[in-house]
Amino acid sequence: MDKPKYLLFLGCAIPYRLPSYEISTRKVLRKLGVELVEMPDFNCCGFPTDPVSHDTMLTLAARNLCLAEQRNLNIVALCNGCFGILNHVNKELKEDKEVKEKVNGYLKEIGMEFKGTVTVKHLIHVLAEDVGLEKIKETVQKPLSQLRVVQHSGCHVNRPRKYIGLEDPENPTILKKLIEVTGAECLEYMDEPECCGAPILGVDEKIPLQLTRDKLDHVKAVGAQAMITVCPYCHIMYDLNQPRIERAFNEKFGIPVLHYPQLLGLAMGITPDKLALKDLRVDATEIVNVSSQ
Amino acid sequence: MAKAEKTQDEKARQRTVLKASEMDPKFKYEISKLPGAEEVMLCFQCGTCTADCPISRFDDFYRPRRLIRMTQLGLKDRLLSNDVIWLCSTCFTCIDHCPQGVGIASIVRALRNLTVKRGHMPAGYKEQVSNILKTGYAYVISDMRLRKRKEKGLPALPKTNLKSVAKLFNATGFSKTLEKVKT
Repeated sequence: MDKPKYLLFLGCAIPYRLPSYEISTRKVLRKLGVELVEMPDFNCCGFPTDPVSHDTMLTLAARNLCLAEQRNLNIVALCNGCFGILNHVNKELKEDKEVKEKVNGYLKEIGMEFKGTVTVKHLIHVLAEDVGLEKIKETVQKPLSQLRVVQHSGCHVNRPRKYIGLEDPENPTILKKLIEVTGAECLEYMDEPECCGAPILGVDEKIPLQLTRDKLDHVKAVGAQAMITVCPYCHIMYDLNQPRIERAFNEKFGIPVLHYPQLLGLAMGITPDKLALKDLRVDATEIVNVSSQ
Repeated sequence: MAKAEKTQDEKARQRTVLKASEMDPKFKYEISKLPGAEEVMLCFQCGTCTADCPISRFDDFYRPRRLIRMTQLGLKDRLLSNDVIWLCSTCFTCIDHCPQGVGIASIVRALRNLTVKRGHMPAGYKEQVSNILKTGYAYVISDMRLRKRKEKGLPALPKTNLKSVAKLFNATGFSKTLEKVKT
């Protein structure tokens, strides 16, 4: 079988706030034989413009899709928001002639045309579908059998179901299986598929911080040693904002939040510094210690 | 902003009996022409959206069911002047759960788009769209961060063709909208 090859859609939040996600993803994918091609000239996926101008969102997303079409490569996104928007727009333009014509009318201004020749996947889909759990298992050198973690898949990797439909958004299992393949136990907790609240952080801080606080509370209640995310915005809420939440609510959580490729990388025997574990806001030393036992 | 402590005035206004003159009977048709909002008339007010909404439990007024009913009734001015419409976190649980297939979150998005056309947009959004025009990204990524990428062995960030982005903003008419926006 040919080596999987994808155009990497990095998005904005990862280079702005979370290079640790990018660093660990590149390390892990290289080990699994997935080739990443850099995507030149891309722009914001379009997500932040949807609330203010739906047509602008469609057009920004379509420009990115056209760039991928020009290179004849499918896209892998690491961010739920980027995946959600690019996948949704790609499918909508493929299915709805009227919308496609409208968007192509805008794209004409910059000499582009959406044709509908590529697909968009999230990192977890590439890992589970293209690489496969069996092959990932073969690369695990240090099973993390001492570790009990929880998953937080986030919203836009699964909702709205109509445009994705790869798993039940109420009971997501793709990330769970990817976690279990590392040897770690993936615990269930209350309101697992609930939103992190990040998209409204710029409008109202109080509500998303309360939402995040509730989730951390549920995670703590089941005794998880870490939380595993696959989206920079979810990660910002649970990791970067965790000390702030602890101060605001006068509670102590101390729950390390790892990007999934960091967890997998530890199980592969990659050293913690190469996975940028030190970049995490909440100290993950305990996880590193457990993984090296 | 939708603060828990609303002013007495605002509370009183919300209790006021509706006047027929406030209702725009054409509003629901206007909304139903917008993408994702086509099924607005099918909502039969079961409240599944509100029961499953993660935001509703933190705000006294934010109820997806209420927003849809207000849309059906044509309470255009009340909706488009209410900051509460910016509280939807777009988790899309309401869309997945609606037994009538109503695109609730898309209707909220349509309400937001109309509000922006009237010249109002939260500062956070204005900043992000301005950044996209300036850099191609939703954020301004500092030189320090770009240098750190190099130190960490990451490839340089690609530069977006900003002329293309500006042309697209013009083509959709959004540049003109932005000009008249007051936050």
